[in-house]
Amino acid sequence: MGAESTLRNRFERGLAAPICLTWELTYACNLACTHCLSSSGRRDPRELTTNEAKALIDEIAAMQIFYVNVGGGEPMIRRDFFELIEHAVNQHVGVKFSTNGTRIDRDAAKRLAGIDYLDIQISIDGADASTSDRIRGVGSYDAARRAMDNLRNANFGQFKISVVMTKESVEQLDDFETLAKTYGAELRLTRLRPSGRGVEVWNELHPTLEQNRGLYQWLLARPNVLTGDSFFHLSALGSPLEGLNLCGAGRVVCLIDPVGDVYACPFVIHDEFLAGNVRGEGFAAVWTSSELFRSLREPGNPGACASCGSFDACRGGCMAAKFFTGLEMSDPDPECVFGHGEAALAAKHVSIRPRSSPDHSRRVPVTLSSR
Amino acid sequence: MSLTKVDAFDASKYWQLSDMVSLRDEEFGALAYHHVNRRLVFLKSRELVDVVRRLGDFESADDAITALVAPDQHDRYVAALVTLEKSALISGR
Repeated sequence: MGAESTLRNRFERGLAAPICLTWELTYACNLACTHCLSSSGRRDPRELTTNEAKALIDEIAAMQIFYVNVGGGEPMIRRDFFELIEHAVNQHVGVKFSTNGTRIDRDAAKRLAGIDYLDIQISIDGADASTSDRIRGVGSYDAARRAMDNLRNANFGQFKISVVMTKESVEQLDDFETLAKTYGAELRLTRLRPSGRGVEVWNELHPTLEQNRGLYQWLLARPNVLTGDSFFHLSALGSPLEGLNLCGAGRVVCLIDPVGDVYACPFVIHDEFLAGNVRGEGFAAVWTSSELFRSLREPGNPGACASCGSFDACRGGCMAAKFFTGLEMSDPDPECVFGHGEAALAAKHVSIRPRSSPDHSRRVPVTLSSR
Repeated sequence: MSLTKVDAFDASKYWQLSDMVSLRDEEFGALAYHHVNRRLVFLKSRELVDVVRRLGDFESADDAITALVAPDQHDRYVAALVTLEKSALISGR
């Protein structure tokens, strides 16, 4: 335990390079999920060109960043999608990409199955079409299931089914487990964050304290369910969940957006957390020298959590969740398992909810045509 | 690209850092990532990193440890290599 916490302190001071980074390839998306972290929809004309993207991959490889979480938007919409991921895996940069599955037809599934070092995460937000489609749009659940079928038929191997935990989906945990089993897939659960368009739906959709307690017990009993360290705020309930159990923003992870802007983490696409751009000085320089990242690596102030016996377990929770609910960094996480976050929110006479600075949402409703 | 293990760890045999593994130096030692089983492993001392990197230069793991580590530390390093073998970070011939 002592050795583990020393290691964690070192992580909090930052690493020579990220363990992994998230790279949103495009803001273009053919869906319009209500909780989209990156407020995606329309392509940004300034997005990195194929050559710029390849140069970035070369830099990632040189820094020995082990893998990249590729997302968007819908990454498969980029015409050079396959060219880019093949360029990455050829240099031993692993790729995990998140997709809504709409572009994984039989041919795409075959091509994906031929690439080593590739993980695929297919997103659904309910164990049935009506629950999932309420968030992701009509037809999206069936499209995701077709993608899963195609991957299975192409012998892709083990893929991941990725679900954001909402008030509704958290009631279907066992159904997700069953669904994953039928495909021989891994299940990955992540936290609903009030980031991007999520700011609009978080109040209504985030799990209750009671549901979070249930989720914690469920995860504790299933160490094989992946969470991307999403729920470390729940570790205050007892034994720590799998993972590093810390906020990795600017310390062990970061985000590169489609135009090359580098943010502290995938959940804070906002000017206040913008560290630099890969086009100018290059990614390595941003990672090592940006003022923002250096300040995030300073020892944090436990603030209101200082007197809580569980501070060492949850470290005050998620920076993005606080920021986008209008809390201060020294406040508890809005979903603090002891209710301190709810109290902090209730105590504010005026709460200002910042909005993600770039917004690429489409201005007309999206309909998914079925094939 | 098979993950089949040839045998369990035997320090009298030849071992090397698996070619499926990337090793990256950090202030505390190194981070190792296995590209097939996707495991991330922390090597918590520079000395251990050195042993793992140079393992393949010696006839056996025992030889490597004897050459690179103080005698009273020998067993600790064998124990560390046992753990690394379990995560497939090092491989035999």
